[in-house]
Amino acid sequence: MEGNIYQIIWFVLWAVLWTGYFVLDGFDLGAGSAFYLLGKKEEEKKAIYQALGPFWDGNEVWLITAGGATFAAFPKTYAVMFSSLYSALLLLLFSLILRGVSIEYRNKYDKPLWKTLWDLGFFLGSILPPFLLGVAFANIFQGIPIDEKGIYHGSLFTLLNPFGILGGILFVFCFAAHGCNWIAFKTNGELSERAATLSKKFTAITLVLAGLFFFGAYLSTNLWENYFKCPLLLIIPLISVIGFLMVFPFLIRKNFLGAFLASAVGILGFSAWGFVGLFPNMLPSSLNPAWNLTIYNSSSSLLTLQIMTAVALIFVPIVLAYTFWAYKTFSFKVTSKEN
Amino acid sequence: MDVLWLSRLQFAAAAIFHFLFVPLTLGLSFLTAIYQTLWLKTGDEDFKRAARFWGKIFLINFGLGVVTGITLEFQFGTNWRYYSEYVGDVFGPLLAIEATLAFFLESTFIAVWWFGWDRLSPKVTTTAIWLTAIASTISALWILLANGWMQNPVGFEIRNGRAELTDFWALLTNPFGWSQFFHVVPASFTLGGFFVLGVCGYHLLKKREVTFFKKSFRIAAIWTLVWAIIVVVLGHHHGAIVAKTQPTKLAAMEALWETKKGADFALLLIPDEKNERNVVETFKIPGMVSLLAYHNFNAEVKGLKEWPKEERPPVALNFWSFRLMVGLGFLFLFLGLWACIRRNSPENCPLLLRLLIVNIPLPYIACQLGWIVAEVGRQPWIVYGLMKTKDAVSPLSVSQVAISFPAFIIVYGILGFVCFWLIIKTAIKGPEKEAVKTLGY
Repeated sequence: MEGNIYQIIWFVLWAVLWTGYFVLDGFDLGAGSAFYLLGKKEEEKKAIYQALGPFWDGNEVWLITAGGATFAAFPKTYAVMFSSLYSALLLLLFSLILRGVSIEYRNKYDKPLWKTLWDLGFFLGSILPPFLLGVAFANIFQGIPIDEKGIYHGSLFTLLNPFGILGGILFVFCFAAHGCNWIAFKTNGELSERAATLSKKFTAITLVLAGLFFFGAYLSTNLWENYFKCPLLLIIPLISVIGFLMVFPFLIRKNFLGAFLASAVGILGFSAWGFVGLFPNMLPSSLNPAWNLTIYNSSSSLLTLQIMTAVALIFVPIVLAYTFWAYKTFSFKVTSKEN
Repeated sequence: MDVLWLSRLQFAAAAIFHFLFVPLTLGLSFLTAIYQTLWLKTGDEDFKRAARFWGKIFLINFGLGVVTGITLEFQFGTNWRYYSEYVGDVFGPLLAIEATLAFFLESTFIAVWWFGWDRLSPKVTTTAIWLTAIASTISALWILLANGWMQNPVGFEIRNGRAELTDFWALLTNPFGWSQFFHVVPASFTLGGFFVLGVCGYHLLKKREVTFFKKSFRIAAIWTLVWAIIVVVLGHHHGAIVAKTQPTKLAAMEALWETKKGADFALLLIPDEKNERNVVETFKIPGMVSLLAYHNFNAEVKGLKEWPKEERPPVALNFWSFRLMVGLGFLFLFLGLWACIRRNSPENCPLLLRLLIVNIPLPYIACQLGWIVAEVGRQPWIVYGLMKTKDAVSPLSVSQVAISFPAFIIVYGILGFVCFWLIIKTAIKGPEKEAVKTLGY
């Protein structure tokens, strides 16, 4: 199959959808991961749910769309990636199911044990997805053992190599920092202050882990090759680091929206770094580079890509417009006092 | 059990479970929107409370519908890898478009509706619930066009060792997909209507909030009758399309073994799959199967024996599912008509109210039976006439699916139980005394 411009467009859109998912669902997953550290009293816990309530569902749609776009634009990558990562992916889905139900049902019945159980479900369902996503993407970056037919020769535990685990922990902390910034912004009083203090710690840890990950990527992936070929691109990881660093001054000046946007830029830059480094691969093979799945050997036909491009051009701006409107409408502070 | 069987069972469990929540979402979203619009137009506080009450149940149900839907989308890749690879070029776009057009709209505006109640004007929240309802129906359209393609593949050519899209318009106008849409959506609307009628029946029997539930009842009774009629009429139309495109499914639905001109419809029939015959076949209406399928008493209907055994779907399961579904469809017509006749004074007819309560699970069963006919009846094909299910399954190890399938059953079992328990509890508790002023959660 020859290369065409639409394959590149869809690689970019694929990266954008995943990045959008990390930035958006990142904060509500992160707030859930830090749930027990953030919410001490019942009103505070309730405030955390309120701060996420209107958003988590829409944010998760980015994941569904990223999955759908992979299916539509790169069916072979979708087929091989999803069947190879079978157990990890189903674990991710179970976590998200548990979490969605926890958020929806927790406050619909007023009994302490009921709430305690759903709180636990919310925490587990929030901390597992970033870990699994981090493990999955670290492994995608370094390649997984697939043969020329795209058959996976490994197990769930193959994925739990040091670089994979580092990726998982990095995602957990960077989402947690992002989530704390959101809670600091959306609430007030003690809860907001506590979130800001936590965010400082998590952001510092994120920076250390990201440094380790950048170095680990140099050792065990080919991600930096594109950057050595075109050093101008190095601005992307730099933006990511600057984003995370900027969280601190914003937090000190108590500009929590600023801190949230800074961590969003940090995640955005980090995600962009990974996808730019991956290009034009989508799923490298650790057995033989000739067996890599790339945008050229795994994409849909030209007609399908063209139709999908037209659909995206028309509807993505509309989606972004009303999503932005909804965020603006619900940007008010949630009070942590019982009213 | 091998990977193929476990994967089939897992997909079936995930699909059945997902479709426990979908029809109520489709039906109740519109009814909630109608109640809220009535409040906006008449200023009647009872309709405001109705929107909140039915909307809250809708919301409990909606959450599980969403999260179980993600699993279905991802399972094409996890368990049906060669399917995804072979037909992704045609099938994938339909799923991606569904997400882009419907899911964002649905999830954003359901939140605007619920959380915006005390922050936004009633006009905005009413628009939001209508958008939610419309988005859920748009979602149904795209997923049924996708399923319709598996039933009746169109608009493609085999190139580069896979099915490649050649005619997107053919995909969009696939008669099978549209006819499924016009059967599934009215069925879901009927289910939503009977759900409301059943809950009203419970409260009216107990003489609680009589004025409130009478108002809900009246609207729901008209709604239900209209859709119960449409679902039968368009169901018949759908049957005719099945006859044209999937002769093996039609033969299994009617348990017709031999090819016949002017095939009779036996009111009482018991198929004997093993011996390829029917044990009992009596009270025949001459030529009725031919008439229903081809609108002609003398039309030839192909029997199952035309195909080798390995190309036939399971007969007994299809036959009984289809029969029972049709029977229930006529029961719904009758009950819908009765409720509609008594719509202004249902409280004086306890028998009707009791029947409506008992009836609540029946539309659920009818919906599931319909899907069994659609999906099991398509076997052994995953894409009718193009790819067999056994060739589509992922190269997984038995242990992977042997762990994930029971995990599905356990997780879904618990969550499903909790969800229905919460729905029943909320329904029994009845509406809030005063229209709410607080935030959603």
